[in-house]
Amino acid sequence: MSNHNYVPSSKLGKWFNDRLPLLSLSAHLREYPTPKNLNYWWTFGGILTFCLVAQIVTGVVLAMHYVAHTDLAFASVEHIMRDVNYGWLLRYFHANGASMFFLAVYIHIFRALYYGSYKSPREVIWIIGMIIYFLMMMTAFMGYVLPWGQMSFWAATVITNLFSAVPFIGDSITNWLWGGFAVDNPTLTRFYALHYLLPFLIFGLVILHIWALHVPGNNNPIGIELKKPSKDTVPFHPYIVIKDLFALLLFLIVFAFFVFYAPNILGHADNYIEANPMVTPNHIVPEWYLLPFYAILRSVPDKLFGVIAMFASIFVLVILPWLDTSKVKSAIFRPLYKQFYWILVLDVLILGYMGAMPAEGTYLLIARIATTYYFVHFLIILPILGKKEKTLQVPLSIAEPVLGGSPNPNTIKKKELYN
Amino acid sequence: MKKFVKSICIILSFATFLIQNVYAEEKKILLSTDWSFKGYFGKFDRASLQRGYQVFTEVCASCHSMSYLSYRNLTEKGGPEFSKEQAKAIAANFEVTDGPNDDGEMYTRLGKLSDKFVKPYQNDKEAIASNGGAYPPDMSVLVKARSGGADYIYSLLLGYEDPPSGISLDDGVYYNTYMYGNNIKMPKPLLEGQVEYNDGTKATEEQMAKDVVTFLAWAAEPHLEARHKIGFKVIIYLIIVSILAYLSMKRLWLRIESDV
Amino acid sequence: MSDQKKPERRDFLFTVSYAIGAVGVGAAVWPLVDQMNPDKSVKALASTEVDVSSVEPGKSITVLWRGKPVFIKRRTQKEIAEARAVKLDDLKDPEKDEDRAKDPEWLVMLGVCTHLGCVPLGDKGEYNGWFCPCHGSHYDTSGRIRKGPAPTNLEIPKYEFVNSNTIKIG
Repeated sequence: MSNHNYVPSSKLGKWFNDRLPLLSLSAHLREYPTPKNLNYWWTFGGILTFCLVAQIVTGVVLAMHYVAHTDLAFASVEHIMRDVNYGWLLRYFHANGASMFFLAVYIHIFRALYYGSYKSPREVIWIIGMIIYFLMMMTAFMGYVLPWGQMSFWAATVITNLFSAVPFIGDSITNWLWGGFAVDNPTLTRFYALHYLLPFLIFGLVILHIWALHVPGNNNPIGIELKKPSKDTVPFHPYIVIKDLFALLLFLIVFAFFVFYAPNILGHADNYIEANPMVTPNHIVPEWYLLPFYAILRSVPDKLFGVIAMFASIFVLVILPWLDTSKVKSAIFRPLYKQFYWILVLDVLILGYMGAMPAEGTYLLIARIATTYYFVHFLIILPILGKKEKTLQVPLSIAEPVLGGSPNPNTIKKKELYN
Repeated sequence: MKKFVKSICIILSFATFLIQNVYAEEKKILLSTDWSFKGYFGKFDRASLQRGYQVFTEVCASCHSMSYLSYRNLTEKGGPEFSKEQAKAIAANFEVTDGPNDDGEMYTRLGKLSDKFVKPYQNDKEAIASNGGAYPPDMSVLVKARSGGADYIYSLLLGYEDPPSGISLDDGVYYNTYMYGNNIKMPKPLLEGQVEYNDGTKATEEQMAKDVVTFLAWAAEPHLEARHKIGFKVIIYLIIVSILAYLSMKRLWLRIESDV
Repeated sequence: MSDQKKPERRDFLFTVSYAIGAVGVGAAVWPLVDQMNPDKSVKALASTEVDVSSVEPGKSITVLWRGKPVFIKRRTQKEIAEARAVKLDDLKDPEKDEDRAKDPEWLVMLGVCTHLGCVPLGDKGEYNGWFCPCHGSHYDTSGRIRKGPAPTNLEIPKYEFVNSNTIKIG
């Protein structure tokens, strides 16, 4: 993996590199052989790294002005919005940045699902990714509590109350989480501390995630393992760097639209009302990126099993490399899987929509069907599909034409192989 | 690349559809007017803001606080832009509690630019007790705190009607078409001619509602104009740099595409 | 492919891109830096008005301005004369009393010792002015350093009388 032949050009560089091989690391990253047929779905890793750094940077500067006390939190956020130089920009950037972060992570995950990037030998990358995703959700949840609006308070109340479902020790756990008998100041201050901490854990895991990736190298749209380096790969710098940069700039245009022209559209109006433990909002809704899980949680009538189902929906993703038994990675060559993939996408969008609706009547029925289907997809359909599906012929390399003859050559558009 | 763009378009249009419907409360069509601050190039109408401030002070402020604003905000760019002298005079109309002095006592003095807007009640409990058990919400961010925003508050102000037949209301409760649940404890606040505008504009209900809601919209988003201005520059800049990045990318990739 | 012209054009595109990109990065970094500058609520308190109508000759009050103490002393004729009589050569930080107190009766200065920032005590010290207990600096009736480690005289802030009873500082 690392090139032990790299020698820095300057004497100082060599002196330093012999003691801490940062320059070798830099050379490795520059030369890292990347498949040349990666399409734009592969640019989201770089975009996510930008999002993480941007959230940390804006978060730290916001932390210079925010006060984590129930009497002052809401007011401190208004102080940031009104008096701090460019405070409004930093706050809107950070709040919408969280949404953009999740938008990118969902695209990144669904790319992996489509192209089989979670399959051997990349299972550990996938699992680390799932841990990162889980930490992201915890960070976002706690961050949302900090402005101490009505949604902040009541979302915290609902979600922390879930832990009371644990048999015997449930109430002790919730009191421990709260630091009291309800969500109050101790809860706010500890959420602030953890919200500041977790992103740095995420950062460490991202380094492990990339390191684990650099062992086998990137997957690619046709899902074949490539020799690295080869005719089929390009050095990461400058080819992938410029492509990632271009994609990032397009992403930033979307981001800028939200920050400057619709900064509150992804949020909830009720969070501009100060938290009031005596008044519950008409509809308690989490932020959009947590809606599918909220729908799953509310689908199950039993409190404990609802919680179990919610965590199971993430767990099922963690063990995905072992549920999907197909040896063929990319959906391009798996015509049946491709269709089930798009049904899953639709299912998740439906779950998201239902999460925002009241949990009653037709909405609840649809949510239950969608929840059931979600588990059926992973626990029943995928294992069977792996064994039974007749896959298309997978090419042996990117550059060479498809050998042998697939059942229907027209199902593979040549373009798909390249970009 | 084309497939990618197509997929993104589908996802975004679906998302837009969802966003518009996701948090939909009861879908009543709200009244609206030509808000000067709506749209990508929206700005606040200074005269309307100043009239709105007058309506707020003379009609609303006896019950509603606006505790996150300071008198100096009235002079800042992007707002009503009263002159410093005008704003000082406005502040001096109010009595502010300060202290303790060297005798250990709290005392009152005239307001200064640096003071926050004086609240009508000492605390929330007094506000509730003085208003038949209902809390008149603070108005600093009210426009952002209600689904429908400016249109909602405008509709509510103009939406007082007699209750439909068969519905009788308790004392102190009024019927409003747009209020969630239709019952509101605030009596109709705006009556024609209630305020005599300093600039001579005719004070119809619609005019006062429009002006005070414009003022509230500024109070909630004092940096709206700067945000729109900077946003325009940022997006133009990003488009230009994206084009440059794209051209650079194509130029770079020429080096290897010949090997395909 | 390696025409003499081609590399030039290629470099131009990259140079222009880097330059325009750098401008963007700079513009993006500025809010991150500027947010640490004093915010609007702090700047609003940048001036303070003080009512001095109750200050008798020979007495002084201390007020808080921009987070620091300010001594406002109404000097007696004796103190003024003492301050004016000092020869500039005797001073570590030569400054005429007339330049420090436009209206000789009123001395307005920051109560922060110029050595390391302690608050000097009034009506103390060998020069009938102020004495800083931290490291033994003595200031005279004009607030000028006469003895001790402090390098400069007590600072005179910007101030003016907005009317006969009120001083606006800052």
